[in-house]
Amino acid sequence: MTKTIKSKNSSVSEFEAVIGLEVHAELETKSKMFCACPVVDHNLVEPNTAVCPVCSGMPGVLPVVNQRAVEYALRVALALECEIAPVSIFARKNYFYPDLPKGYQISQYEQPLAVNGRLTILTSQGERHIPVRRVHLEEDTGKLTHVEGDEERYSLIDLNRAGIPLLEIVSEPELHSAEEVRAFAVALRSLLLYLGVNTGDMQKGVLRIEPNVSVRPAGSSEFGTRTEIKNLNSFRALEKSVGYEIQRQIKLNRQGKQVVQETMGWDEAVEETIPQRSKEEAHDYRYFPEPDLPPLVIEKGWIERVQSSLPELPLVKLRRFQEQYGLSAGDAGMLTANPAVADYFEGTANAATGLTAKSAANWITVEIFAFMNQAGVGIEDIEVEPQQLAALIKMVNNGEINQNTAKTVLVEMLQTGETAESIVEKRSLRQISDSGYIAELVKRVLEENPEQVATYLKGKQGLSGWFFGQVMRAAKGKADPQIVKQELERQLGEMDQ
Amino acid sequence: MPKLVELTLSQIIAGLQKGDFSSSELTQAFLARIDRLESQLHAYITLTPDLALAQAEHADQQFAAWRVDSNVPLPPLSGVPIAVKDVLCVAGVRCTCGSKILEDFVPPYNATSVERLLESGMVILGKTNTDEFAMGSSTENSAFGTTHNPWDIRRVPGGSSGGSAAAVAACLAPVALGTDTGGSVRQPASFCGVTGIKPTYGRVSRYGLIAFGSSLDVVGVLGHDVVDAAYIYKLIAGHDQLDSTSADRPIPDFELLDSSRGSLSGFRIGVPDEYFIPGMQPEVETAVREALREFENLGAEVMPVSLSHTEHALPVYYLIAPAEASANLARYDGIRYGPRVQSDRMWDIYSRTRGDKFGSEVKRRIMLGTYALSTGYYDAYYGQAQKVRTLIKNDFDQAFENVDLIAAPVTPTTAFFIGEHLDDPLAMYLEDALTIPASLAGVPAISFPVGFDKQGLPIGMQLMGPQFGEEILFQTTHTFQLATNWHLSKPKL
Repeated sequence: MTKTIKSKNSSVSEFEAVIGLEVHAELETKSKMFCACPVVDHNLVEPNTAVCPVCSGMPGVLPVVNQRAVEYALRVALALECEIAPVSIFARKNYFYPDLPKGYQISQYEQPLAVNGRLTILTSQGERHIPVRRVHLEEDTGKLTHVEGDEERYSLIDLNRAGIPLLEIVSEPELHSAEEVRAFAVALRSLLLYLGVNTGDMQKGVLRIEPNVSVRPAGSSEFGTRTEIKNLNSFRALEKSVGYEIQRQIKLNRQGKQVVQETMGWDEAVEETIPQRSKEEAHDYRYFPEPDLPPLVIEKGWIERVQSSLPELPLVKLRRFQEQYGLSAGDAGMLTANPAVADYFEGTANAATGLTAKSAANWITVEIFAFMNQAGVGIEDIEVEPQQLAALIKMVNNGEINQNTAKTVLVEMLQTGETAESIVEKRSLRQISDSGYIAELVKRVLEENPEQVATYLKGKQGLSGWFFGQVMRAAKGKADPQIVKQELERQLGEMDQ
Repeated sequence: MPKLVELTLSQIIAGLQKGDFSSSELTQAFLARIDRLESQLHAYITLTPDLALAQAEHADQQFAAWRVDSNVPLPPLSGVPIAVKDVLCVAGVRCTCGSKILEDFVPPYNATSVERLLESGMVILGKTNTDEFAMGSSTENSAFGTTHNPWDIRRVPGGSSGGSAAAVAACLAPVALGTDTGGSVRQPASFCGVTGIKPTYGRVSRYGLIAFGSSLDVVGVLGHDVVDAAYIYKLIAGHDQLDSTSADRPIPDFELLDSSRGSLSGFRIGVPDEYFIPGMQPEVETAVREALREFENLGAEVMPVSLSHTEHALPVYYLIAPAEASANLARYDGIRYGPRVQSDRMWDIYSRTRGDKFGSEVKRRIMLGTYALSTGYYDAYYGQAQKVRTLIKNDFDQAFENVDLIAAPVTPTTAFFIGEHLDDPLAMYLEDALTIPASLAGVPAISFPVGFDKQGLPIGMQLMGPQFGEEILFQTTHTFQLATNWHLSKPKL
């Protein structure tokens, strides 16, 4: 694999960063991993309302594997080009903590569901295949809330999350920069979204990415002491924290100091990693095969069925968008990161003839994205159907409204759900292309502003923009800007002679 | 006619149907006898008279309706009382597992085996005593006191299902559910002179059985004779979606044939030398050898068979069962249910709650198991034990290529005195030496009385069968019990 330093900072080129990722993705199945409790958004639902004897660890109850969760895991494993184990084993991971009802987590250890996959990432340096070591199934823990009052301190336990299917994806430590880490995260999130198994919401903790970071002298094949960074709730935090951690470790190396093997947190405010707990307290998890569950057998036919039902994956779609729609890599990347956006784009681009894909891409990546960011919504939530956006773009292309008007119309469409046609009608925004009428307006503006005309004629050509603005204002913004420009040039030109 | 409390299940079923007595009368007869003898025997941890009488009354109403119109559905065991070992959950009734840590735990669910009893119309008299978390061979490890052997109240009833065995032997219940992890049905059945079946692993759902050693735990039945045990077995056996380790294969719909002498001709019974261990009470061996001659009289061919890894069964068991137990008992932390010893520091809550509420044998096994699973020791202990377990299984597979059944003593001795082994855990562990191999192999085994020693204490024998071979065990034992009277003796109380 690549041994060169990806950092743009030449001063660090004597060191190489080595980063692996451990990813936990909740699977959005209807029910939990080992019981019939519904999978709910534990950020929204009343605590401990999606709980039963099994997921709360009552005496005598037994786990039953959720076949749908296995199927979701297979989707991911196959999309990551993994080898699927025909027989995998659930194991108990033993440790005490109040968010772990049974005193052990049912996970997979020695024989995971899938191994030896890869994920293709795109960075400014191009394309790389990052090997994926393993993919396995386990269950999530509950959630603790620590309450610190003046009088007393206590912790509250919510077991709604306990038992939600969790997929653990572990990369090989073959990432070498914060940028690559981000690219891996982006590509993986995108994959999970395409496969319909996870919402990709890092803020809510539905997708949790934990990098382990070490540095070593460039060219060395030995690993340095690594640290893990936990509780990162955005791509930004992921990228920044890894960048910071690499620099911190390089600095320690330069100073001849040891890197301590420990778990770090990320302080968003000061943008620094901070030690959380030392690995000296590391647990002995005493893994052993879960006697309550028989080995998980995956028949060949099942693998084939899942494989053939996989959707077009992000990278394939990206390449197709470039080829089929003539989009730039950047646009295609933005449009394919989320499958709903990709569908929206294709819906728009194919909704009407004579509409260029490029213009559809522009409207979506600029105006629609801006609105989504501002409103904090996804593309599924917006009121404007692809057909309606296409109709709007067509009005611009046909010269019925101008670009600026169209932007205000789109905002109103997004806010009200009304069609472009009806907004344009209601507000009489249709563009004026009557060159006779525009000539009248230009003539009036020039007559009303003799001083500016005189100045212009003396050579201050810059005033042409001012005149343009005056004419557009007189036309209430609806005049065809091309015609206005032509007419201004013609009339001022005549005066000059 | 014998007293109500001494009736077998088939006599009870017939009597209830004919209207010779009502379920309420029958239930009250058992409650009255319990009332009279419990202070001596302590077979029960929790009695459920109100529940039992309500269930009995409901059954009596069903019988009344059925007599008017025979189309009214009548569950097969309507109104028949039963006792349930206190490690099996009955919704709404506390389930202690013989432990302080579950002293007030009331499960909101039924164990599947219990659910099937209730669906069949049975009346639950109460929850029987057990060694804490079924860890023990005498009930002396129960946090709620020791059960006394009805044949000699100075002695233990065996364990861990000692409460169930004593209850049946003393006619405090006509039949009882027990559980067997390493011999916990067979050994107390032997000590108390009753018939106990440990089915094939996976034959009866473990859902609602509070786990000790998950790969070994089996729900079994203790009754006056094999017919009664088989009756309840048929009711509770079968696949359960709530237990992924329960076998998804049908229960043969067998009838036990009241056949005559010679009906075992063609049957080959293997006798492993390895089970007649040094230190065995001579009367035990004598009684078992005599029983084998009776089997020969009945037409069976008795032949030697070798189970060469038998001596390793005990150490293997005492690695695997505690390892699984160390994880199974981790949930008792005082966080979500059960008593909590409060503290300002989280880890103190854990250690004080568990330190105070678990008994010493449970703590010993948790530590054994934790050690066996620890990094650096796993391969040498737990890993190695699993390999030897496979060898023990192979022993049985090979043996069953040549014989239909394997016969052996159940225990090296008859019932010992209360307190006799208390300071010597190893001596106590040896009690299970002859029952553990079948548990490790997951094969079914039945224990039934074949004689008495000089003190008048019952001696038991076990038959072990191939996986899912319960029917052969029942039929063979039934043929033996038709020809003998050992199972008919009752202690004088």
